[in-house]
Amino acid sequence: MNHLLSTEHLDRTEIEDLLDESDGFAEVLTRPIPKVPALRGKTVATMFFEPSTRTRMSFEKAAKALSADTVSFSPGTSALSKGESLKDTALTVRAMGVDLMVVRHKATGAAWRLAEWLDIPIVNGGDGAHQHPTQALLDCLTIRQRFGSLDDLRIAIVGDIKHSRVARSNIFAMTTLGAEVVLVGPPTLLPIDPEAWPVTVAYGIDDILDDIDVVYLLRVQTERGGGSVFPSLSEYTSRFGMTSARFARLKPEGIVMHPGPMNRGVEIDYDVADDDRALILEQVSNGVATRMAVLFRLLGGEHDA
Amino acid sequence: MHDLVLTGGSVLTDKGIRDVDVAIVDGRIEAIGSDLGDATQTIDCDGAWVGPGFVDMHTHLREPGHEWKEDIASGTAAGAAGGYTAVVAMPNTDPPIDAGHLARFVADQARRSAKTEVVSAGCLTLGRAGERMAHLDELWDAGVRIFTDDGDAVRNASVLRTAMEYVAQLGGIVAQHAVDPDLSAAGFMHEGAVSSRLGMYGIPREADNVLIARDIVLAKMTGARYHVQHLSTAEGVALVAAAKGDGIDITAEVTPHHLMFDHEDVRSTDSNFKMMPPLRDPRDTAALIEGLRSGVIDVVATDHAPQAATEKDVPFEHALNGVTGLEWAGSVTNGEVALDQSLFFDRMSVAPARIAGFPDHGRPLAAGIAANIVVFDPEVVWVPANTVSKSVNAPYLGRELKGKAKTTIFNGAITYVE
Repeated sequence: MNHLLSTEHLDRTEIEDLLDESDGFAEVLTRPIPKVPALRGKTVATMFFEPSTRTRMSFEKAAKALSADTVSFSPGTSALSKGESLKDTALTVRAMGVDLMVVRHKATGAAWRLAEWLDIPIVNGGDGAHQHPTQALLDCLTIRQRFGSLDDLRIAIVGDIKHSRVARSNIFAMTTLGAEVVLVGPPTLLPIDPEAWPVTVAYGIDDILDDIDVVYLLRVQTERGGGSVFPSLSEYTSRFGMTSARFARLKPEGIVMHPGPMNRGVEIDYDVADDDRALILEQVSNGVATRMAVLFRLLGGEHDA
Repeated sequence: MHDLVLTGGSVLTDKGIRDVDVAIVDGRIEAIGSDLGDATQTIDCDGAWVGPGFVDMHTHLREPGHEWKEDIASGTAAGAAGGYTAVVAMPNTDPPIDAGHLARFVADQARRSAKTEVVSAGCLTLGRAGERMAHLDELWDAGVRIFTDDGDAVRNASVLRTAMEYVAQLGGIVAQHAVDPDLSAAGFMHEGAVSSRLGMYGIPREADNVLIARDIVLAKMTGARYHVQHLSTAEGVALVAAAKGDGIDITAEVTPHHLMFDHEDVRSTDSNFKMMPPLRDPRDTAALIEGLRSGVIDVVATDHAPQAATEKDVPFEHALNGVTGLEWAGSVTNGEVALDQSLFFDRMSVAPARIAGFPDHGRPLAAGIAANIVVFDPEVVWVPANTVSKSVNAPYLGRELKGKAKTTIFNGAITYVE
């Protein structure tokens, strides 16, 4: 593995090895001194061309827990605002002596361009609505910790799948690990060609809820609430929201997940978000361990040699 | 003593395809036959097709205003290298060609520096803004025969209707960049399985189809000669076929890139596969190839659209639209569609010259006419490694192509020789 760009072409063994490694780093993070020297002397650059706090912090926390140094790039204060191209920005930061770049960009394929232009490992921290592979890995880790395995679990991904890199990444990772995935949402927010995906589709959550192990809620982009793709936020909530009433119908061992940031009262009821079976904060914690595993995989081999 | 004799080729003449020699004197064809006598220069055309030089109805020469991408000298040099002897320059320059003096500027620059004949197309609307008529009479008087806001469609049906009525009376052609601006507004590529997988906003086929359908209705209403630029969909081909059956004065073009590539090529997110209209589904490609073969699609037109490296070496969504094509259009058409010699020259030379109104081009060779000729080897397989355009946004570089222009002759002068 030279880069981590997508979950689409990862095989089961590759994913499971990363999850095993993540479990190990999750244990490290519970120690009194939650830090190992594995990547001492390495520098990780977080290049976030799109605003993000949590993913960037998670990667930086992961790098520091491995004793790597971090440098970061923010578009607002950078030469990008002076017209510098993405390529020149990337080459410039590389020339400072960084060993790996995490890139988030609103354009599909941006991480692939960096992988072409540079000679160091690239981690895709989110490209447009395309891929966000570490999110999928941390989600699968969270599910595996709860159920032991994803084999034969039924997972519903609910909401704006069409515009979601989280959904695209999870669909491949989850099904590769043996789960069955159902996409739930209004037709305007589902992929135009669901038959081409390894999934089934439902247009209402009530039809399938009784039979679901994991309800994975996507964030409603509230700026889409003005009638452009669904009539109103309240109508969305009434058809697709994880209300307390729906939560009560979920099987006793069933769980609720959300990649954050969530809109309480829209896709998830206020109380549901705080329930023990809503694993939203476990996802966040696992994010650090998973990203440690990814950074270690891409940089660690050389270090040990 | 002839200036130049082409020997041993298979020649498209006014009396059909014949194995004869062609003699050129003072820019004109002097004689066609065998044993034509001595010449200053002789070119052996054994195994090659000899016919009228290619004519492109759709070239972006980028002059005036965008000379860092291309200019009339470099663009027509690329044309000559691809076998072209005449091109129609699209008017989406800076400033756009919406008045007579601007069209004359292009003609003057071409006289100084071009390796092909160049006629500018003119804008349909002032500033390509889609609101008021351009200076259509001035443009006509400056030699413009094709009127288009290419790069954008005329969105307002009432504006288009008025412009069609006016151009029809002049005798010109209304050419439309037939992509609905609203249905395509958010998109970067064909809406289908690949855009869905990439999470990229798509441009549905219907963006083309609704506009072509609307325009056909207006062409029928106004009696205008209507030309569909860069047809990309199977339904678009069917709409053109039906309109022709209905007696409407309609013609259509297809680009080489739509004959060779489809949206699967966009999986790489390589910006050299980004253009408008986008590369569509393989079933569309098949319909375009069949349409060109049957004649529903009249011509191959390159939509040669140079863009600088700074405009292309960026993420796909940020890249400007367009690919270059003049140097490879003949090769791609030959390799992908496999037409016989006479149909090949019809789609590449004869039909585009007739539609665009080039009296000295696209004529089967005969004694007395201007010597605008290409020698094209239909069998040679080659891999282009570089380009003479100023821009390198060419998806053909490094790919195997079949057929190649060997020699191009413009008004009797050799403008390209391999």
